[in-house]
Parts: sequence; structure tokens; C-alpha cells
Amino acid sequence: MSVINATNIEEALAALQADPQARLIQGGTDLMVEVNFNRTKVQSVVSLRRIAELRRWHLDEDGKTLRIGSGVPYAEMERPPLSIHSPALAEAARTVGSPQIRAAGSLGGNLGTCSPAGDGLPVLSALDAVVHLRSHDSARDVSVHDFMVGVKRTTRQAGELIVAVSVPLLPGFQGYAKVGTRNAMVISAASSCLVHDAVGGSVRLALGAVAPTVVRAHDTEAWLATQISLTGTPKVNETLAREFGQRAARECAPIDDHRSTADYRRHAISVLAQRLLLRAANHSMGAQKGEVA
Amino acid sequence: MSNEFYALQVNGIRHEVRDAWVGESLLYVLRERLGLPGTKGACEQGECGSCTVIMDGEAVCSCLVMAATAVEADITTVEGLSSDGEPTDVQRSFVNAGGVQCGFCTPGLIVAVHHLLDRNPSPSDLEIKEAISGNICRCTGYGRIFEAVRQARDARTTDTSGGE
Repeated sequence: MSVINATNIEEALAALQADPQARLIQGGTDLMVEVNFNRTKVQSVVSLRRIAELRRWHLDEDGKTLRIGSGVPYAEMERPPLSIHSPALAEAARTVGSPQIRAAGSLGGNLGTCSPAGDGLPVLSALDAVVHLRSHDSARDVSVHDFMVGVKRTTRQAGELIVAVSVPLLPGFQGYAKVGTRNAMVISAASSCLVHDAVGGSVRLALGAVAPTVVRAHDTEAWLATQISLTGTPKVNETLAREFGQRAARECAPIDDHRSTADYRRHAISVLAQRLLLRAANHSMGAQKGEVA
Repeated sequence: MSNEFYALQVNGIRHEVRDAWVGESLLYVLRERLGLPGTKGACEQGECGSCTVIMDGEAVCSCLVMAATAVEADITTVEGLSSDGEPTDVQRSFVNAGGVQCGFCTPGLIVAVHHLLDRNPSPSDLEIKEAISGNICRCTGYGRIFEAVRQARDARTTDTSGGE
């Protein structure tokens, strides 16, 4: 049996170089389920739990980018100060599992596993996040859109470690919403993240659990831009919001599985996207009146 | 590095774990190797909370902790909450309020409530619900469990304010 309990990134990378097939484990909330149910048999493991550097986050000097270590637990994202810098990530983090799961789970694990239902992933997509990877002799940055390539498939190479994720700090509304078979402690049947860049003017919509990887609803975003601007006092009425949702639903490619059906997922996306747009519009109106929600 | 054994620090005592398989969960090792069966196992996938332990100050599901990666961690199980063998205040309040029926979820809940009250001595009802939202009970309907937590909270608040 081989378990390396790395205490710094270099140690983990050296261990990965020596054994590129070793399984990486951070919080264990994905891998241990596979192990407990005999779906995977681990031979060698590199544990990242004790690497303090992976559990840190900071704002870049220019104050425009938030860099979150791959091992920062969801429990930290859902609370200030981190929640203030990335409200959508905070909302997504609050919907992950239970307090016990949120104390262990992290974005590195969410990305590494790359489940279509990963709660952090629509947020990273909507924010055009950058994934920072390192191996023993190289480092590279990959757009999250290029990182996720299929159900539980990523462009991470053997020997590479996800060390951090960077997202821009954007003024404006950010929201995350999901639907599952119950309210608490549930894996998404469908999820959605809407981000409004109040300076750049863009509205981004990402959809989770409705395709092999997270879907960016580019057509819906482009259509919305021809209809309204969320900056100022947007005139979002129910009809426009409904059409926004319906267009988003047409951009997903869901399947029937044990968690839900394709039809229901499409319906859920139309409702979630519609609600998020209405929330974003209310937020903009509130900001106009000086009531920051 | 090949580990012939590894050591875990559980309830202040160092335990050596020998001849273990790499993928064993902390839950399994506690119960089957270290003779600490107070921690219960049910879902094995982090949904039920019956295996909750405190690791480095955080309440976590021990079924999702790979035991061999928990070296150097400070682990407290339900057996370690009381130093003198007497029930803790939280355990007494569960008995008083009738918060125990079949009892299977109880150890996990007791650990989760200790974790809550140690961090936040006067949680609101909503904070209590949030803190034990990861612990599933199929018997009680939760009413008496919430009552037990409120009793423990109120008793601690009263004690620290000098008594009434």
C-alpha cells in the first residue's frame, strides 16, 4: 500500500511524477464514495489534505482577480470574507451536500471529478474561470471551458495537479440556483448560474447537470443583449424572463437518468434561468436606488 | 513510501493501524480496527451523518475520510466527548428531551451538536437546523432533537452568564 501525505505542493508533484497513476485525494467526498462501493480499487494515493498552500485564497494586486486554492473547502466559500468576493460561488457552496460535506469538499475536487452535476462548475463557467495546473516541471493555465471535456473527463494530464482557480471580481448580480429531489443535501438534477458584469455589461448564463459538461448558453446571452441591458433600470417583465428561460432550455442536451428526466431538466432550466434573470433585474433596480441587496 | 503501519490520534490517544488496505475509511478503521464502535455507519456516501466525527476542529463524515490520510489529524469521536465517562450535557439533554428513539443516528448528532455549541454557544433555531442538516433521523421527526439542542444551548448560556 502506498499513501503519500504531502505537506507541500512540490512534494505532491514529486510523488505524482514518480507514480502518475496515483489517485489524488483532497476532501475525499467523491473518491471515497467510489472506494466504499467498490467502484474503484485504489493502489496508490497522494493526499493533498495537509497542503496549506492549496487552502489559501487571495486577491491579485490589481484587485481584479480572485485566486482560490484548489483545497479551499466550500464551508469557507459560503462565509465572509470569501462570499463577498464571489457571491455566486457562495450561493453554490451553500447548496453543496451537508455541513460535513462542505467542510471537506473543494473546487479542486469538483473540477478533478468533473461531474455534470458539480455545483461549483456552472459558476466557474459563468465567470470564465482559469484553472491553474502544475506538474513537477511545468505549469499551465487553462480556461475552464477547455478543461472540462466530458462526463468525468478533463484535460488534466497524468502528473498534473490542479493548484488553484482564478475568477474575475465583477460588480453586479451573481446568482446560483438548483433543483433536486428535495431541498437539502441533494445532487443537482439541474442547476444554473447567472452573472452580470455591471461594468462590461455582459450577462452570462451557465447550465449544469443538463449535458455532459456545463453548458454556456451563448445564444440566450446574445439574444438577451439585443433585448435589454441589465445596467441601469432594466425593464425585465415576466414575458421577457419567460422567453429567456425557454431559450436557455433549448440550449441544453439533458438525458434521462436515475436523478431526473430530460423533459423535467429542460423545464427546470427554463424556470431557474427565468428566476435568476428576475432576481438580477431586481438587484439592478435596488442598486440604482442605493439598496444593495 | 510504503507504510507498514500508520498512526492516528483519536480522542487524545495515539493508535497504530497495521496491515490496513489503502482505501479503508476512517469509519471502518475506528470501528473494526481501533475498537471504537460508537461512530455508526449507514450510507457510506456522506448523506446520513451517522459517522460524524470531529477532525481538526471540523465535523466531517468519517466514511469519506481515507484513514491513511488522517495521520497528524486530531480526531474526536463520540467516545471522546466526555473525559470522565459520565454523559455530556448534550447527551443528557437528548435523554431529557426524548431525542433518542432507535438511537442509530444519535452518536453522529451528539458529535454535530457538540461541534455547533463549541463554536457558537447560543445558536438561533435556524442555526441549529443548519448545523444538524447533515444528520438524518428516521424515527423522531426531529422535534425532540431540536428541543434537546435548545435545552443544551439554554443550559450552557445560563451557566456562562453566572446562573439564574
